[in-house]
Amino acid sequence: MARMKFLSDAERCIECNGCVTACKNENEVPWGVNRRRVVTINDGVIGAEKSISVACMHCSDAPCMAVCPVDCFYKTSDGVVLHDKDLCIGCGYCFYACPFGAPQFPQAGAFGLRGKMDKCTFCAGGPEADKSDAEFKKYGRNRLAEGKLPACAEMCSTKALLGGDGDVIADIYRERVARRGSKGAEAWGWGSAYGQPPKGAGGAAPAAPAGGKS
Amino acid sequence: MTRPLLAAVLGALLALAGCMEVEQVSSPEKQAGQTVKRDTNPWSNEPLAMGPKWSKGDRKSWEEQIKRRQFAQHEHKRIYQ
Repeated sequence: MARMKFLSDAERCIECNGCVTACKNENEVPWGVNRRRVVTINDGVIGAEKSISVACMHCSDAPCMAVCPVDCFYKTSDGVVLHDKDLCIGCGYCFYACPFGAPQFPQAGAFGLRGKMDKCTFCAGGPEADKSDAEFKKYGRNRLAEGKLPACAEMCSTKALLGGDGDVIADIYRERVARRGSKGAEAWGWGSAYGQPPKGAGGAAPAAPAGGKS
Repeated sequence: MTRPLLAAVLGALLALAGCMEVEQVSSPEKQAGQTVKRDTNPWSNEPLAMGPKWSKGDRKSWEEQIKRRQFAQHEHKRIYQ
């Protein structure tokens, strides 16, 4: 059973912002809303500067779902966290709860009034009818319903951003870590979003392989 | 003389700005129960004519083609596909 996840490899990201552009273009995201953005950490520090692509990670135990006062979030059967904009009141609680700063709020009026929350949908649309105009206008394109993966991950030139079934991207990342001989700690945000697998369970958290160099 | 005029202009501007507010209301059918609409599954859609193929309604075939597609993200494997 597929469980959709993102993996952002800090060792690979070259801060090209291709993912940001792909997302903006694919979903026709309005001005002022950035569903995905590239963040640089240790900016200017030689040897320590890393870039990461950040958006909603579709957490296993999503804090936004827990705090929403109108309960507008839901999780699809493949693990994508989505929300119903017809219920959202734009309170911003989800923004405070999210460890990734994913929820975005468009300005909806002349006095800085917040509009309904907007965030990455894993290119899975929303609760409107699949591939309908209403779904596209509110949530963007539904690529999963077209049998495709999120545009950001598919467009990433260095494949720093992986998206799709957690088991498969963990395998890809594990093999990559083994080849480059790192410890595998560059999977930024993976632990916060998906936690560690319970002991004894063959979880998908990509750890450094036993034979890898350190 | 200028002060009341200025106040009138500012008042008119504020009133006009108020007209720019976008109305945000819940759909009536959702106010009653306040329940989230359920989403349909991606595999219940007809595949695009020129896109990836799966059997409509069959979760397994949809997942298999998504997994195959994911290997395009694996630079060590995609050239051998």
